[in-house]
Amino acid sequence: MNFINDDIFMAEEKFEPKITCFVCNWCTYTGADLAGTSRLKQQTNARLIRVPCTGRIDPVFIIKAFESGADGVLVSGCHPADCHYNTGNYHARRRWIFFRELLKQVGIPESRLHFSWVSASEGKKWVDVVNGVIDTVRKEGPFEDYHKVNTEFAFPEPEEAVCS
Amino acid sequence: MQELIQAAQAALTSKEAAFIIGYALTPDGKKTRPFIARTPDEAAKLVFNHTCAHNLAVYLTRIAKPKEGKMGIVAKGCDTRAIVALIQENKITRDQVYIIGVNCSGVTADVTLPFGADNLPSKCIMCQVQVPPVSDVLVGTAAPYDKPKDAVTERMQLLEAMNEHERFAFWASEFEKCIKCYACRQTCPMCYCEQCIVDKTVPRWIESSASLRGNFSWNMIRAFHLAGRCIGCGECERACPMDIPLMLLNRKMGMVAMQQFNYRHGVNPEEPTLVGSYNMQDNNEFFK
Repeated sequence: MNFINDDIFMAEEKFEPKITCFVCNWCTYTGADLAGTSRLKQQTNARLIRVPCTGRIDPVFIIKAFESGADGVLVSGCHPADCHYNTGNYHARRRWIFFRELLKQVGIPESRLHFSWVSASEGKKWVDVVNGVIDTVRKEGPFEDYHKVNTEFAFPEPEEAVCS
Repeated sequence: MQELIQAAQAALTSKEAAFIIGYALTPDGKKTRPFIARTPDEAAKLVFNHTCAHNLAVYLTRIAKPKEGKMGIVAKGCDTRAIVALIQENKITRDQVYIIGVNCSGVTADVTLPFGADNLPSKCIMCQVQVPPVSDVLVGTAAPYDKPKDAVTERMQLLEAMNEHERFAFWASEFEKCIKCYACRQTCPMCYCEQCIVDKTVPRWIESSASLRGNFSWNMIRAFHLAGRCIGCGECERACPMDIPLMLLNRKMGMVAMQQFNYRHGVNPEEPTLVGSYNMQDNNEFFK
């Protein structure tokens, strides 16, 4: 008996991007939930990380996502004036204005980092945004620049101790 | 520099200042180093010349606050901007510091070489505050000096002209040199966190080994934490033993603050900080 589906191994290797999404609990996560309960179809490359508010997203999270092998990052939260905590997304927006420019200066292109406002009732918009981001990143290809930083130049593992 | 010594001695004798953070000659007499004078006698050692490149405002958040009297500090025009920035960020108050402003005629980029147009740091080339805008007592005279083209601005333009892969490769080659000594952090007057994010081990956000991966995240986060706060003294770059052009990142953040918010940090002590505040009319174009 052969339990392994040979197709998986035989299939031509095709690039599928990994997208890390940081979504706020009150709007975008609920919106994505709505997309699911409404049976809307979306591509499955996105991994969602739920945070209380977009204001909770430290830019170090985004760098960590790239370090961990993400090809693209999507950050999404409540529309301006809709924040559950009143001002969290305004603070976050101001931070990202700087962070985007910093990443551009370092050589991480805009096509790798996306931002959106998706409310709890915008299940359809969420599907469009996610599909759009996935398509953009797929076109860009794997984020080889950063993957190289992760692997080729990573600090070498210490060699096994030799007892004399 | 008699005027400076007299001002310092007067402040120490009248107990207005508990100590004066200033510059003194190194034992070889060629350079200067930071020096803290606690008595009028010690204050006689204070000097000010072209090698006084250090931004002494860094000590204001590191030194134990005196029980009586103020923290005296010898400050050039550019250093007063750091002091105002610290006041803006509520680290110190104006009445905690006694500022001996010195009129500055430029400092050297490389202290081992003589002062001249080809030996000027970027901050002196861009300088508009030879006379300190804030001070309790003002000493010295400011002589004009020749200002060549700014090298940082030129490198910024070169970087601007690259595509993203070239830019990434450029930074990879620069960050590869980083040995994680954190001199950039220690010398920065605006880096005063009691526990720096890079020292946090649970969870460890930034790899502490000097691998390229950790160097990338460290240098990016360092620049980001100074976004809209950097006062452009260039001490990080001067302290860097591996000559990483950190100001290219800091300058970019300063440009964003200027272009998008028309804001300069450390100019008006009453103004709220940029990243600590928000505006509903901020740029919303990059959101889908």
